[in-house]
Amino acid sequence: MANYKMHLLVCGGTGCKASQSGPIRRNFQTQLEEMGLEQDVQVIHTGCFGFCEQGPIVKIQPDNTFYVSVSPGDTKEIIEEHLIKGRKVERLLYTDPNTQMPITESKNMDFYKKQVRIALRNCGFINPENVEEYIANEGYAALGKCLEELTPEQAIQTIMDSGLRGRGGGGFPTGLKWDITRKVENNQKYVVCNADEGDPGAFMDRSILEGDPHTVIEAMAICGYCIGADKGLVYIRAEYPLAIERLKTALKQAREYGLLGKNILGSEFSFDIEIRYGAGAFVCGEETALIHSMEGKRGEPTFKPPFPSQEGYLGKPTNVNNVETFANIPPIINKGAAWFSSIGTEKSKGTKVFALAGKINNVGLIEVPMGTTLREVIYDIGGGIKNGKEFKSVQTGGPSGGCLTKDFLDTPIDYDNLLAAGSMMGSGGMIVMDEDDCMVSIAKFYLEFTLDESCGKCTPCRIGNKRLHEILDKITEGKGTAEDLTKLRMLSHVIKDTSLCGLGQTSPNPVLSTLDNFMNEYEAHVNDSHCPAGQCKALLQYQIDDEKCTGCTLCFRICPVGAISGEKRSPHYIDQSLCIKCGACFEKCKFNAIKIA
Amino acid sequence: MPKIKLSEKTISQIKEICAQFDNQEGELINVLHQVQSKLGYLPAEVQEVIAKELNMSVAKVYGVVTFYSFFTMLPQGEHPISICMGTACYVRGAEQVLSEFKRQLNIEVGETSPDGKFSLSSLRCVGACGLAPVVTVGEKVYGRVSPQQVGKIIAEYQEGCPSEAQSA
Repeated sequence: MANYKMHLLVCGGTGCKASQSGPIRRNFQTQLEEMGLEQDVQVIHTGCFGFCEQGPIVKIQPDNTFYVSVSPGDTKEIIEEHLIKGRKVERLLYTDPNTQMPITESKNMDFYKKQVRIALRNCGFINPENVEEYIANEGYAALGKCLEELTPEQAIQTIMDSGLRGRGGGGFPTGLKWDITRKVENNQKYVVCNADEGDPGAFMDRSILEGDPHTVIEAMAICGYCIGADKGLVYIRAEYPLAIERLKTALKQAREYGLLGKNILGSEFSFDIEIRYGAGAFVCGEETALIHSMEGKRGEPTFKPPFPSQEGYLGKPTNVNNVETFANIPPIINKGAAWFSSIGTEKSKGTKVFALAGKINNVGLIEVPMGTTLREVIYDIGGGIKNGKEFKSVQTGGPSGGCLTKDFLDTPIDYDNLLAAGSMMGSGGMIVMDEDDCMVSIAKFYLEFTLDESCGKCTPCRIGNKRLHEILDKITEGKGTAEDLTKLRMLSHVIKDTSLCGLGQTSPNPVLSTLDNFMNEYEAHVNDSHCPAGQCKALLQYQIDDEKCTGCTLCFRICPVGAISGEKRSPHYIDQSLCIKCGACFEKCKFNAIKIA
Repeated sequence: MPKIKLSEKTISQIKEICAQFDNQEGELINVLHQVQSKLGYLPAEVQEVIAKELNMSVAKVYGVVTFYSFFTMLPQGEHPISICMGTACYVRGAEQVLSEFKRQLNIEVGETSPDGKFSLSSLRCVGACGLAPVVTVGEKVYGRVSPQQVGKIIAEYQEGCPSEAQSA
C-alpha cells in the first residue's frame, strides 16, 4: 500500500453497484492509465460505506474527501481537479441539510458522527478482495493471539466477559453458546455461519460479507479453535452472488496464506471452510431448519432439545452464529473484553448494525452503540422524515418484530428494552413510516410474508396466520367488525403460544403491536369505514368539489364504469355505488376538483 | 402439464452433475442449484432423473424443490423481471409498481408472457434499500422505480429498438 500516493475508494456495495459504481471504477482506472498515473493512484472497490442514500460514493485518501452521488461522467473532473490540481470538486460534496454548507469529510457528517463501527470497521475502508489489506488492519491478529497465547477456555472466557450476544435476533450470549458446544464430547464438531439473511429490509450480513469477508473467516477459525472443530460451513443465500464471489476469493487467499487448512500458523490447529447455498426460505434462519437445509432436506425446524450444540449438522455438535456476531469476535480478542463491555447498556454490550430504510432522509447501513435512542437514530443519523412529513412509526425486528410509536422515540435501543416495548431487536432492520402509511395494511403486509414463508409443519402457524390475514384483509376492505378486533388478538396469542419455532411464535407480533399502538386506526377502519392514512382503496371516496368543477366533462369521459354524471359547464357528480375507486378522474382532473374523502 | 421428453444430452448433463457430488443424497440442494442454472428450471422429468441418480424417492426431491422459493418448475422468460417486495420497497410504493407490470405485461406473478420474453416474480429484499423501490431484470438493477417508468423498462427489452427506448 505504501507505493501509492493516493487511493480512490469506490463503493462496491449492492446499492452503489446498482447505480453504476462499476463503470465509475473502470473510468477511473482507464483515465488514470491514460494519464500515466496508475503507479501513483490506486483504485479500490470497497464494501458498503453505509450512506446508501447518497450513493454512489467515492472517497479519496489520504485527505478523506467524501464525494456523493458520483456518476461515471464525473471521473475525469475528479482526477483533473482533485488529484492533479488539488482542488475539491465542490458540486460533488455532501451538502449539510441544515446549514446548506458542503462537508468534505465523512466524520463531520451527522450521518456518521454518532456511529461507532466495530462489525463494520473495515467496510468501505479496505479492499475486500485483498487479504493483505485486511492483515494490515489487524486482520488475523486475533487468530494468531488465540493460537499462540490463549487456551480455548481463556478465549471463550474473553467472549463471555465481553457480554457479546447473538446479533441474528435471539440475543443468546455467544460465549456461553461456545462453551456449551465445547463441553459436548465428540470427535467431530462443526462451526456454522448463518448468512441466510432473510429479513426483508435488512442487509448488514450481506454488506459485511461483501465488504470484509476475512473477518468472518477469521472469527469462524477462532470459534473452531475454541469449541474443537476443524470444519466450518457458511450457509449463504444463493441470491447474494457478489457476497458469494467475495467470500470464495477470500477463502482462496486465506488458504494460500496458511490462515486456513492444516496446521494454521504453524500450530496444531487445522480448520477449513465450505460454502453451502440457501435457496430462499426465511425459516432457514432458524438453527434447526438451517441445519436440515444444509443436509439437503426441506428446511423444517425441529423441536429443541436436542440443541444444535448437542446434535446438529449430521448429528454432530454444531455451533451456529450469524455473520454480524462473528464480525465482532476479532476486535474483542484483540482489544479485550473490558473494552467491548464498556460500550453499550447493562445487559446489551457493544454495538448493533441497523439497516435504516423507509420514509427517512438518510437510508443506509449504520452501526451505533447499544443504548442509543430511536430518536438519535431516526433524526440525528437518519436526518428525519422524508419530504417533511410526520413520523408515525418505526418497525424493528422484521416480520417477527413490532411497530413502535413516537412515545418510544426516547427508548434506548437494546435487546431488553425493545422486547419490553413489544418489538424486538431481530437482525436489525429498521423501517420508518410516516403519516401516509396505514398500520393495518402494514400488519397485513407482514402477514403476507409469514404466509409465504411458513413451512407448514405446525397447524397454528400454517392455518392461524392464514385466518389472521383474512381478518386483516376484511378490515382493509371496510368489512371488519368490532368482534374481528377481539378475534385478532385472541388468535394471535394462540399462534404465539402453540407454534414450534421462532417463526410461528413471533409471526403475530406485527398484528399485536399495531393493535396495541394504533388501535385508533383499526377502529377507524371498522367503525367509520375510514382509513386515516388514505391507503386502503376500498375505503376511499372520491368526491367532486362543486366550486372547483368547471364541467369540462373530462372525468365523465374517462370514467371506465360510467359513475360520473353531469351537464356540460355545470358541476359533475360521482355515484358512489358505481365507483370502483380506480382514481382515473382524480389523476386527470385539471382543476383539482376531485378530492379524496 | 404436458410431458417433456428430455434429450439424451440433457439426461447425461444431469447425471454428470449428480456424479460431481458423488450421487450423495445430502447434496441434493447443491445438485438442484447446478441443474437449474444449466437448464433454467426443474420440471418433473428432471426431478425423476435426479431422484434416480441420488437413489431417493421422487417425492423427496419434489418436496425440496417446492419448499424453496429459489427453485422453479416453470420455465422463466428470456428476461425475468423481479419486483422487490421487501419492507423498505413496500413502504415506498413497490405494490403500485408491481401492479403496473402486471397490467402492462398482462401476466400474474409467477407467470411468463406468451411470447416467452418476460416472466414476473416478486422477491424479498435485494439489499439495495437506498434505491427503493427496486426492480431487477436479469442481473440489472433498477432503482427508485415509479409506475410511470414501467413502460420504459419493458421497452428496453422489446425487440428492435433498445436505444430508442432508453432515450424515450
